[in-house]
Amino acid sequence: MGSNAIAAPPSAALANLAETVKERGSGRVWHRRLRRDRIAMLALVVLALCVGLAVAAPMLDLADPIKTNPRQKTLPIGSDGHLLGTDQVGRDILSRLIWGARTTLMLGVAAAAFSTIVGLIFGLMAGYFGGWTEAIIMRTVDVLLAFPAILLAIIIVAILGPSLRNALIAIAVLGVPFYIRLVRAEALRIRSTEFILAAQTIGAPHSRIVLRHVVPNVIAPIIVTSSIHIGYLILEAGGLSFLGLGAQPPSPEWGAMVASGRNQLMLAPHVVLIPSAAIFVVVLAFNLLGDGLRDALDPKSM
Amino acid sequence: MASYVLRRVSQAVPIAVLTSLVVFLMLHLAPGDPVVIILSAKPQAYTQEEFDRVEKSLGLDKPLAVQYVTWLGDVVRGDFGESFYLRREIRGLLVQRMEATLFLAFGALIFSLPVGILGGVVSSMKRGSILDRTINAVVVAGVAVPTFALGLFLIVLFGLKIELLPVGGMTSFGDGGVVDRLRHLVLPAISLGVGPAAIIARLTRSAMLEVLNQDYVRTARAKGLRNAIVVRRHAFRNVLIPVITVIGLQVGFLLGGAVLVEVVFSWPGMGQMIVNGIQQRDFPVVQAGVLVVSLAFIVTNLVVDVLYAVVDPRIRHSR
Repeated sequence: MGSNAIAAPPSAALANLAETVKERGSGRVWHRRLRRDRIAMLALVVLALCVGLAVAAPMLDLADPIKTNPRQKTLPIGSDGHLLGTDQVGRDILSRLIWGARTTLMLGVAAAAFSTIVGLIFGLMAGYFGGWTEAIIMRTVDVLLAFPAILLAIIIVAILGPSLRNALIAIAVLGVPFYIRLVRAEALRIRSTEFILAAQTIGAPHSRIVLRHVVPNVIAPIIVTSSIHIGYLILEAGGLSFLGLGAQPPSPEWGAMVASGRNQLMLAPHVVLIPSAAIFVVVLAFNLLGDGLRDALDPKSM
Repeated sequence: MASYVLRRVSQAVPIAVLTSLVVFLMLHLAPGDPVVIILSAKPQAYTQEEFDRVEKSLGLDKPLAVQYVTWLGDVVRGDFGESFYLRREIRGLLVQRMEATLFLAFGALIFSLPVGILGGVVSSMKRGSILDRTINAVVVAGVAVPTFALGLFLIVLFGLKIELLPVGGMTSFGDGGVVDRLRHLVLPAISLGVGPAAIIARLTRSAMLEVLNQDYVRTARAKGLRNAIVVRRHAFRNVLIPVITVIGLQVGFLLGGAVLVEVVFSWPGMGQMIVNGIQQRDFPVVQAGVLVVSLAFIVTNLVVDVLYAVVDPRIRHSR
């Protein structure tokens, strides 16, 4: 799935969020509020479990996720020695699922981090300098947004060639225009404040003003937003891999697992449905945690 | 109104031109000789004669700007070149494929609009009830479920358990009547429409809750109007504007998400064509598909913008 709308919460809500994140007072109570949100806490536990398993994968006594076994094809869930059964070439699904979590989580987090940083740099340039810099950056953003999200990712993969690395680049680029807009709006607002004027008056260089005065004021809302964004990026990445444009077989990535099991969908639906469900659960957990985080930081929006 | 439409169109045209530039540059940004890239889709080795023909049609000896203008001129006349993999001109292919994709996207919209709006309105009116909470849970799940996973799940469900609806293709062999096509549409349209339905429901609910708190709604209630009339005449009308905006955004998702659904259900549309094109390294086909879908997206956004200027006079009179 994945859509422009999920990626782009209404800007008014974001502005609100930005306001609240900056308020020092609420900084101390927000985690207490978050801890009282039972759904968000459950989501956090699920995610912690996923991350824990992913990190611990090499230390766990798992079957080889890539080794095929022609004599044990499509074993059902609960088979002896294969808790979640095996896939169409006899690979252990549980092992592939846990190893795949590394790829999937890494992809989501890395893509979110990349688009946040790039968006921050260009958004700051557009918002702080204005003029031609702004015009060029914002027109580029318009063009990027002229493509339906997954189509933009497909174009990038078509140019670079299908691979996990290129899928990561494509997914990261999807997020960039969104952050540029957000950061620019914030930077514009901050530029007209009195403390910036004061800094300019005493002759501070642009680099110092941007780094010491503008960045600290935009960074908090951006980080919160990107944590909400990870689920969406994981969905898009899963879609790309499913289309054969992301992680390549036999590497255990969830979207790729779904794609490779498709040929025998009717004979062994669990091969497809287990990794599908895994993507669903992780995205759901990220979304719910993101919602909880937003509500905790901005109780007014509830 | 006319000046608003004109202004909006004049904003869309440069974006469309830049989009075409991006699509044109795809071939030149990809590593390797463009002629070799185009010919590499051909199953057998290419001849010198074919190489010369492609090189001439791309005008590779000319400056990039000239190549772009020539290409754009061809594209505007509907000439997207030929596919060496499919051994045919792309033009004929595009019409069929676009028809299938639009049919699918339209089906998904027909599903998601009433479901989303009704869900949102009902849950806002019964705020806090079990019904409201159930709808919210469905919305949260609907946003998080991968389109392809939902499609595959429906295929398993209907293919193995309930053999009620066809689970692949756009027509049955030897059939192709209206009823047959509609039956084939149901599952793909639902898979594609669930995400947008969830988002529309969420937005409708929050917009309704906001409007129901307004003074004029309280006034209407104080006058003793029946609840149904207050909701329909006073609240719902004002909810339409944000709802139209989000529908505009969802059209982009419908066109993009169609790629996944088409692959899952073997639906012979644009998305399937693009994905096959990438796997077969059939560049002209990918370029044509990407360009047509993006332009369709730009045009729908334009239509949506004009549409809410019609609904809301404040928009067309601003600035």
